[in-house]
Order: sequence, then structure tokens, then C-alpha cells
Amino acid sequence: MPELMQFLLSGVTVGAVYALVALGFTIIYNASDVVNFAQGEFVMLGGMFTVFAFEAGLPLPLAALLAIIATAAIGVALNKLAIEPARGAPVVSLIIITIGASILIRGLTQIAFDKQLHRFPAFSGDAPIQIVGATMLPQSLWVIAGALAIFVGLWLFFTRTLTGRAVLATANNRIAAQLVGINTKYVMTLSFALSAAIGALAGVLVTPITLTGYDIGIALALKGFAAAMLGGMGNPKGALVGGLLLGVIEALTAGYLSSQYKDAAAFVIILAVLFAMPQGLFGRQSTDRV
Amino acid sequence: MRLSSKTTTLLALAALIALAPLFFPSSYYFRVGSLIFVNGLAVTGLVVLTGYAGQISLGHAGFVGIGAYACALAPVHLGLNPIAAAVVGAALSGGIAWLVGRPILRLKGYYLAVASLGFGALVSMVLANEAQVTGGPDGMTVPDPGLRALLKSAGLDLSNSAFWYAFSGIVLVIGAWLALNLYHSPTGRALRALHGSEVAARTVGVDVAGFKLRAFVISAFYASLSGSLLALQNKFITPDVAGYMHSIELVTMTVLGGAGSVLGAICGAMILTTLPQVLTVFQEYEQVMLGLVMMLVMIFMRDGLLPSLSRKIRGRGK
Repeated sequence: MPELMQFLLSGVTVGAVYALVALGFTIIYNASDVVNFAQGEFVMLGGMFTVFAFEAGLPLPLAALLAIIATAAIGVALNKLAIEPARGAPVVSLIIITIGASILIRGLTQIAFDKQLHRFPAFSGDAPIQIVGATMLPQSLWVIAGALAIFVGLWLFFTRTLTGRAVLATANNRIAAQLVGINTKYVMTLSFALSAAIGALAGVLVTPITLTGYDIGIALALKGFAAAMLGGMGNPKGALVGGLLLGVIEALTAGYLSSQYKDAAAFVIILAVLFAMPQGLFGRQSTDRV
Repeated sequence: MRLSSKTTTLLALAALIALAPLFFPSSYYFRVGSLIFVNGLAVTGLVVLTGYAGQISLGHAGFVGIGAYACALAPVHLGLNPIAAAVVGAALSGGIAWLVGRPILRLKGYYLAVASLGFGALVSMVLANEAQVTGGPDGMTVPDPGLRALLKSAGLDLSNSAFWYAFSGIVLVIGAWLALNLYHSPTGRALRALHGSEVAARTVGVDVAGFKLRAFVISAFYASLSGSLLALQNKFITPDVAGYMHSIELVTMTVLGGAGSVLGAICGAMILTTLPQVLTVFQEYEQVMLGLVMMLVMIFMRDGLLPSLSRKIRGRGK
């Protein structure tokens, strides 16, 4: 039993990060129909900026805040310079543009910083906590709590504020949203900023556990993308469930079956879910207009 | 006499392959050339899948891996000649594509992308983890098929790199010829019809699922043969050929050059294969340049390099 608890705890921690990356995918997808493969790079940038600001002597909270703001700015730049000019391009082209952006960001990071792995100290020490016979790092609690806080905050934002509803309206029907006077360009910019900031925050939370380096983004983007698809693209609830599910499945496979095939299990489940439900777990049933 | 665009494309390609060696200062260029042809072959398959039928695959390196490892494994375990092994690998890839394609191709757009990505990831994981069979991440050696020795005994003595340049060049021209023929065949028309609109294609009686599957299997054949060629000329193979990055590279080459045209896609293969070789001088900036090229071409030339350029030139002529 303590074994199972241990796997579940580590699965939920990793899953919370996947959920945040998937949420980033979801927000941008809703606003612009683009799947942003540079999402993993936002997580990497959040970690890297914090590391270097912290090493330059800033206190950790300030370093993290700066990192999140800087990453959000990069997200906005990505939208203005690459996504807006390519409006209406086919899916394959958009995939290549964002993958190109991720390669570019990786390259620039490697030049501006270095190729080493980095970390900064955990927020509340490294002494493990005992929970029902399983051990857990305090930082894991930070990750899980952070993810929850973001999901609750976003839910409030989307349901209780005018701007949030404008974003939802744009996601629902872009032209109709424009007709009622919503500035959809602003909504897109906001979505990229928000999504980059969430990614960066995930990076800040998880770096003390998993370390950060210029090339950690690819794996995260793939897992986050898979989690978002598992839950159903465009659905924040789906992102949360998909991310947590993916993290737990991976941890259980690594624990009970084979650690080499933990990534395989995730993809097998995704294939199985997509075969049975081509729109993912919570995806909308779509009908083609002819 | 006016030549059809198919004939001109093939002649241009063949002439380019045959004449380029006149300007090669060293055998290194033969090596880069044959790499271009190997990638060009896989990319030609993707033209059928993406350019003709409009389907995305982010997992085709999986088939490249199957083809490559067939050439390494079949000679050891089945005692086959490596060339025969390549054929077996292609058949296996086609079979797997047929099995996997049925459920996967029901998905659309990004869902298809993630499903094919998952398939590719599974193949590369199996190749990397089943070390007792595949040698794991260290890779394994591939036996020589003995073709060069055969040519030598027939009186034609080519250097190793020149031989593989010629061999992969010939395979590429044949592959391009078949793909161009397909374009004007009933199958090609059906594929283009379902690319335009699946509903419309279905209304006029096109078996949409069946034709998509056909395109997927054909592109798997091409990818598999490209993997075999790579394995044979390198005489060594690692699981990296089946990796996610290789899938992305293949799709990028296809779309960068112009997914709708065979020649364009091969141009894309040429650019993305030579770019890293040229950029080794600025090793630090290799990724930056690659990322920029991908973004700029896709933003400013949506149909890909070759179709956009040729339209511009033709537009000026009028």
C-alpha cells in the first residue's frame, strides 16, 4: 500500500506539471486554433530565467516574478511576429511555425545561457514529508498547490470577469465575437501572454525537483500536447484530467511494469482513448459544415 | 514538341543528380548528396500523404526505423541478403501502416498528429529498449549487400561514397517517377479530391477511408525504403532514425519545399540536409538558423518554397 501511495504521489506531481502545460495549449488553441508546440519552451524559460536572476543576486520570489513576466513577453512576441502574420495557414504550416519557434528559442537559450542543467533551492527546504507511509518533497506540495491555484484562478477569470468571457466568446465563435465588439486580436495577445506565464510558473515550481536545461522543453511539450488531446483539445477541464491521468499512468507503469516503457504506456492509453473517442475524453462532438 | 510537366520534372531531377558530381571537390559531397536522396525518398512518400491526401503524420520516422532495422536484423536472423531485407522491411512497414492506419486515419488534424506521434514514439522506444535484439541506444552494424563488389567484378569500380550516391540517386528518381504517375492516376485524383473536401469526395463516391489508408501505406513504403538505404550506406544504425526529431525533420522538409510538388519537397530535403552541414562552421547558431528558416518560409511562403517562387516567376512573365 505505501508503494502504491508513493507512485500516486509522484504521478500527481508530474501530472500537475503536464496539466499546466496542457492548459497552456488549451488557452492558445481556444483563442487562435493554433497548437503551440513552443509551450514546453515557456516552462524551460521560466526555470532558466529564474535560475539566472537568482544567481545574479535577486531574491527568489522577485527572480521568479521577473521570469514569469519575461516569458509572457516572449509569448506575446511569438504571437505578434509569427502567429498573427500566418493567420489562416493550414494546420501543418502552423505546426511547423511553432516547432520552428521552439527550436529557435532553444537555440537562443543555449547561446544566451549555457547547456548545463540548473536548479535553485526548493521553496521550503528539502526535508521529505511522510504521508501514509510514502515520502514526499515539500516542493511537490508547492507544485500541486500551484497547479490547483492556477486552475481555480482561471476558472474565476473565465466565468466572472468581462475579459475572461470575451476570451470564451472568441473561442466559441470568432466572427460572432468580433460582431459584438470584442477585440479578438487583443484576446489572442492576452491568451499568448497568459499561456506563456502559466508555462513559466510551472517551470518555476518544478525546477527544484526536476532541474532545468535548454532542452527540457520538447519532452514537456509532447506530454502536455498528449495530455490536452487525451482530455479533449480546447477544454480546460480536459487539460486538468488529461494531465493528472497521464502523470499517474506513467508513475504506475514505471513502478509496476517497466521504467523504460513509462512513456510508451502514456501513448498506448492515448491511442486507445482516441480510437474509442476521437474527440478525447471531454472533447466537443464536432460536425462538419458543408 | 512540348514535354509534360511530369517528364520535365523527372529529367530535371535526373540531370541534376547525374551532373552534380562534376562539381564535387571531394568524396564528402557524395556523402551529403546521398543523404539528400535518402531524405528525399522519405519526403516523396510524405508528398503522397500530406501533399496529395492532406493528412498529417508526425510519426513517419517510425517506418524509417523499421526499414533501417530490417536491414540490420533480417540478414543476421533470417540469413537474407540486405537488399532482400529492405524489401521485407518495406512489406512489414506497409503491413503495420495498414493495421495502424485504419483506426488512426479516422482522426483529423491535430488528433491525427498526436496519434501518429504516439505511434512513432512507440517504435523508437521499442528500438531503444529491446537491447538484446536491437543493440539498444548504441545501435548495431549493418552487413554489406555486396552490390559494389558485383559492379567491380563487372568492370565498374566506384568508390564507396560514389556508389551509394549513384544507387540512392537512381532509387530516388524511380520513387519520384512513381509518385508523379500516382498524381494523375485515378487514385491520385481521389486523394486530391478528399484533400479538398472529404464530404464532397464521399458524395461523388470516393471511398475516403480506403484511399487515405492507401496513401498512408504508400508513404510508409517510401519511409521504410529510405531507412533501409540509410542503414545500408552508413553500415551502422541507431534508434535515433526513428525518433521524434527525425519525423519532424521529414515533415518540415516536405512542407518547406512545397508539399504539393515532388520536386519541391525534394528541394526541401536538399535545403534541410545541407543546412546543418554548412552551418557546422557556426555550430552555436545552427538551431537558431534552422528555427528561423522554418518560421520565415512558413509565414511568408505558405505553399512552400518552390511553388511560391515558381508562381512569382510565372506571374512576372505575364
